[in-house]
Amino acid sequence: MLGLNKRDTRFLLIVIALTLLTPFILQPFPEGSVLAQFNAGYPDLMQRIAIFGIFAIGFNILFGLTGYLSFGHAAFLGVGSYSVVWMYKLLDYNVLPGLVLAIITSGLFALAIGFLSLRRSGIYFSILTLAFAQMSFNLAYSVLTPITNGETGLQVYTSDPQYLMSEGEPITPHLFGLVMNESYKLNLGGWVFTFNIGYYFTAVIAILAFYLSLRIFRSPFGLMLRAVKSNQTRLNYTGLNARPYTLAAFVISGMYAGLAGGLLAAMDPLAGAERMQWTESGAVVIMTILGGAGTLMGPVLGAGFIKYLEKIFSKINENVLDGWFSFLPEPLREVVVWIFSRFTGEGWALTLGLMFMLVVIFLPGGLMEGGERIRNLIRRKKNKPGDGASPDGTPAE
Amino acid sequence: MDAILLQILNGLDKGSAFALIALGLTLIFGTLGVVNFAHGALFMIGAFCAVTLQRLLSLSYVTIDETRTDFLGNPLKVKTPYVESWFGPEFGQALIDWSVPLAILFAIPIMVGLGFLMERGLIKHFYKRPHADQILVTFGLAIVLQEIVKFIYGANPIPTPAPEAFSGSFDFGVLLGFDPNAIIYPYWRMIYFVFALIIIGAVFAFLRFTTFGMVVRAGMADRETVGLLGINIDKRFTIMFGVAAAVAGLAGVMYTPINSPNYHMGMDFLVLSFVVVVVGGMGSLPGAVLAGFLLGILESFASMNEVKSIFPGIDQIIIYLVAIVILLTRPRGLMGRKGVMEE
Repeated sequence: MLGLNKRDTRFLLIVIALTLLTPFILQPFPEGSVLAQFNAGYPDLMQRIAIFGIFAIGFNILFGLTGYLSFGHAAFLGVGSYSVVWMYKLLDYNVLPGLVLAIITSGLFALAIGFLSLRRSGIYFSILTLAFAQMSFNLAYSVLTPITNGETGLQVYTSDPQYLMSEGEPITPHLFGLVMNESYKLNLGGWVFTFNIGYYFTAVIAILAFYLSLRIFRSPFGLMLRAVKSNQTRLNYTGLNARPYTLAAFVISGMYAGLAGGLLAAMDPLAGAERMQWTESGAVVIMTILGGAGTLMGPVLGAGFIKYLEKIFSKINENVLDGWFSFLPEPLREVVVWIFSRFTGEGWALTLGLMFMLVVIFLPGGLMEGGERIRNLIRRKKNKPGDGASPDGTPAE
Repeated sequence: MDAILLQILNGLDKGSAFALIALGLTLIFGTLGVVNFAHGALFMIGAFCAVTLQRLLSLSYVTIDETRTDFLGNPLKVKTPYVESWFGPEFGQALIDWSVPLAILFAIPIMVGLGFLMERGLIKHFYKRPHADQILVTFGLAIVLQEIVKFIYGANPIPTPAPEAFSGSFDFGVLLGFDPNAIIYPYWRMIYFVFALIIIGAVFAFLRFTTFGMVVRAGMADRETVGLLGINIDKRFTIMFGVAAAVAGLAGVMYTPINSPNYHMGMDFLVLSFVVVVVGGMGSLPGAVLAGFLLGILESFASMNEVKSIFPGIDQIIIYLVAIVILLTRPRGLMGRKGVMEE
């Protein structure tokens, strides 16, 4: 189906099902129960997970396949956001023209930056992309204020022309009248499920993005990109120029980033320069590595994992912890709460840093490799040890 | 003329900090072949060594002076630092006043120890892993160190003044025959520059004129052969990691009076320092120092109003712009060696 073999079709169908059922999956605990704080089925978070999933999928096409580590992808994210908000200002709140423009502008931007940066490889490439992104960030803050509105951030004012705006049109982002932040709540026993239009819009785009990346992974083009990663010198000796392929990968991943940035502005009609800062580029690197670079599902998992933990961990403050450990005697409880509160709430970044270090040290393949190892372990236990059944060598995807 | 001189002087202190951090980065890279993204965090920890020493020295006990009252009419509480009661008020006061320079002695053992710990505990296991993994694990370490400091000292910058004797400014204008007040330069920045030159000179002299340094340089050129000669090169490289950490830490200690330290100062400097290292050429020590001062001074020139009126916003991007131009025209940076990091 859709040019995929049987295995990939099944894989894609599972992904589609998971994405569409996310409002159920992330809401496993009934409302009002103690565990309800682990629920993540609210629109804002789900949408963010999908958006950063798209960002990471795109980044993975560059880093996972070609091995070029870009530290400047935040620039494209910012460009995408600005494009969408400009379309709001000039036309109306329909997100479609903005998203198309976001993909085009970020693609052009990526073409220019990639053309220059890809003349170098290794750390020189990383520093070049970092330099370009930081330059864009600094310019967006200072000289480009007429376009970016500087520190305030770009937003829609009532004095903006909005040429396509008609009577009665919603004044928040929408897709031909479907308002993004409208949602439908379903009460089922103790559970409350929220179905948000914005989330489903993002989810459909995310599935398309995932399908495209699946096709790229399986295509001769993807094979060529893997060849660049494994041995570029040998590729050159066979008479092939790797540059056009890497540049294409760079532009594609830049367009993904632009699309993600545009979707961020579709969620909330704002665009600020801080989206271009290098910490944002670092975040996508962390997500991709944590999930598993070079695998199809890894980046999405990484993005979801980080965004979920970020939300949940920062919610857990000392009062919540006090409640959890109320069964402990007084002095011990204080110690335990103190220790845990260092890693939650404000201390979330510490947990992220530690987690990231542990993954890089012990699981270079990320969560996907962890899953693979556990699966192998179970399989080995089933086939008695020593009967020579080796785990099949197919890489995790 | 005086304006140009002033900008050169202004660029020197930032350039010194860049040069010192880039020197340490290059030492680590040249010896161990590891790209250390946690180097900015070492710089920051050095700065917080100075903060810690100042706090330790100003620890005080409270006595109640019955003869005087505060503005509410209660007996006045007098805080006396312990050092004042131990060594007498005058010497104690001087100790507190000089806490930043004293922190150099305090920071060296801490930084060297931290460097050893980092190298033996973490980075040792990453020699055989790809550069991307080294970047990522040290990046994670930087986040962790930064968060720990944030937890202990809070998120706000902590003012750490220089000794009273250096609080003024020096008037270069009078000395060089320009108008008075044309070139005013704070004493501490001068000291920072001189200090940086001394440290840089010491590191180069150490590598040049001692047997230890000679072996290290040989190891940088060909690690395997030096190992075959029966020299324990790993141990020496570990020591060099400690030295590099100490250089970054001292740069941080002395930088505190110029900019109040906060927990993210390391990251702020790290990004620029990497640009400096790459512009200088990976693996080249003189290149790192040269590029550090060059970019510091260029940045200061770009922030002149005359320049900004021609190229608006140039002060924000000059360093990156220079880096891009240099990398595209001179692939190995200013003084880089062939074949470093070009796999």
